[in-house]
Amino acid sequence: MSIEDKLDDLEEALEEQLEENHEECKWIRANGELTLVAPREQLLAVMQILRSHHDLGFEQCIDVCGVDYAAYGHSEWNAEDAPNTGFSRGAERETVTDFQAESRFAVVYHLLSLSHNVRLRVKTFLDADYPVVDSVTGIWNGANWFEREAFDMFGILFNGHPDLRRILTDYGFIGHPFRKDFPLVGQVEMRYDEDKGRVVYEPVTIEQRTLVPRVVRHDYRYEEGRELVKEEEQADG
Amino acid sequence: MAEIRNYTLNFGPQHPAAHGVLRLVLEMDGEVIQRADPHVGLLHRGTEKLAEHKPYNHSIPYMDRLDYVSMMCNEHGYVGTIEKLLSVEVPERAQYIRVLFDEITRILNHLMWLGAHALDVGAMTVFLYAFREREDLMDCYEAVSGARLHAAYYRVGGVYRDLPEQMPRYEMSHLGSEKEMKYRNQAREGSLLDFIEDFTERFPGYVDEYETLLTDNRIWKQRLVDIGVVTPERARQLGFTGPMIRGSGIAWDLRKKQPYAAYDKVDFDIPIGSNGDSYDRYLVRIEEMRQSNRIMKQCVDWLKNNPGPVMVGDYKVAPPPREKMKDDMEALIHHFKLFSEGYSIPESEAYFAVEAPKGEFGCYIIADGANKPYRLKIRAPGFAHMAAMDEMTKGHMLADVVAVIGTMDVVFGEIDR
Repeated sequence: MSIEDKLDDLEEALEEQLEENHEECKWIRANGELTLVAPREQLLAVMQILRSHHDLGFEQCIDVCGVDYAAYGHSEWNAEDAPNTGFSRGAERETVTDFQAESRFAVVYHLLSLSHNVRLRVKTFLDADYPVVDSVTGIWNGANWFEREAFDMFGILFNGHPDLRRILTDYGFIGHPFRKDFPLVGQVEMRYDEDKGRVVYEPVTIEQRTLVPRVVRHDYRYEEGRELVKEEEQADG
Repeated sequence: MAEIRNYTLNFGPQHPAAHGVLRLVLEMDGEVIQRADPHVGLLHRGTEKLAEHKPYNHSIPYMDRLDYVSMMCNEHGYVGTIEKLLSVEVPERAQYIRVLFDEITRILNHLMWLGAHALDVGAMTVFLYAFREREDLMDCYEAVSGARLHAAYYRVGGVYRDLPEQMPRYEMSHLGSEKEMKYRNQAREGSLLDFIEDFTERFPGYVDEYETLLTDNRIWKQRLVDIGVVTPERARQLGFTGPMIRGSGIAWDLRKKQPYAAYDKVDFDIPIGSNGDSYDRYLVRIEEMRQSNRIMKQCVDWLKNNPGPVMVGDYKVAPPPREKMKDDMEALIHHFKLFSEGYSIPESEAYFAVEAPKGEFGCYIIADGANKPYRLKIRAPGFAHMAAMDEMTKGHMLADVVAVIGTMDVVFGEIDR
């Protein structure tokens, strides 16, 4: 059975199980993967179905991760208008403020069914001010640390998590480092102070550099046009 | 009567059996563990955030530094995700080379694990034996990439270059005698593939040596049997993968179940355990080394008979050859754009996982059309295993903690990322 057949079956099973109470759930199929987008109020109920129904049977939660969509599609270097205006040399780096607050964060779950040998991605969007979602640790115990990590890195809160502490950052760390408004070089630097006889924290003195600017291209090269270019090349050569 | 008190014990981060920088806070009742709280993150470098600020290709060397004893498997997970996003077809020869080096990496990793595990439990000899073979395999790494550890050999669209025709040899110096040089260069007369073939002939004998030292060893069995038992149900619940889930008796291996590269064209078996204890996981990994050896042999045979390209000809993602740039303007432009700006990936997202020696290593990339990933999430197998530390050590003695750390095969480069 090919992956595509399995995804067909999975879509069918999802339709059957979710149509009654969870019609807001939508799924997208791309790159040979299925992504289920569930509203956060229904997440726990949907996950329960995904775990326990035998047609779905997602026994394993492989990964949970947070995403911050604040700077999505943001370009540091304007390449779209460049043919008309010419390139500027500097890369702009201003804090992005025009993001959509109601769907700034997302939590992405990667589920794996050992019995059906198929994967499913579940995504739920959270707002910027109050990013809270129900914890799935009761369904998959292995999600515990992954949720702690998402909390540590993005400040996403998991309702009902047994032990929501920071996990990867230093003791006493302030902020959530993977948020898009957290600078790459960080906020503080640490050194040993001879006089005080202890380690002290100070604001960072190094400046963030952009070696290669971030460029968004909606170029024919990377989309449908790619096939065309290849065919042309073959015809030439 | 003496008063009995509960202790809180700090284990690591400088403890030699903590495999790097693990800090364990153990709550003990006498010598029995009541709760184990691993404090991880001492090696946190923010790999994922760094990758968001670099063009796609620049992050390949970061992957080597995640699980720094199974370097090329990590690279495979990363470049595989990008290839999935761009729908790049990797040439067949490159796929076989990847399988060959994934298996070399698996043996490298398992040897490191075996040596360290045995050392933790009290057997010094195995460590020295294991490093003897690791030396040969790291020479293979060096022959293809120039680096013994951090190879950056897998690239999007294939591998950096084809296997060398001549295996590098030891040169005469004032330190060694001619006889010794001759002995050391014995297997290095031919190509890299000849060297690997020679290794695959020798290796099963070496595994027998390790087994003679350990498998029926009374002390080894006393330390491992019935330690850290995980039932199949718990293994699924806790998100175990790789040898950890196979030790519990579940025949799950991505190389078989969701084949990538050329794994569907090679023949091998998946060993599984029956009791889910540390001893079973030891047996599983030993057998995996033998199976890896089998795969390597098949790859060597295929690679010897099938020359061909090892990189795609699509110059949007792979650099054009130097000769072509001399008289082709297009090639020169491609080269310049590729190395200055890199390639952009249209808005999409993908997850791709490989069976790394420790379990499922996967990368999840969200692309927003830019030349850098919008979000890269690295799913490291050790992270899920480490999370089960509390459950696996509860009720065991302090000395067994060391055995459980050993059996998990943890490396903090990937757990802390």
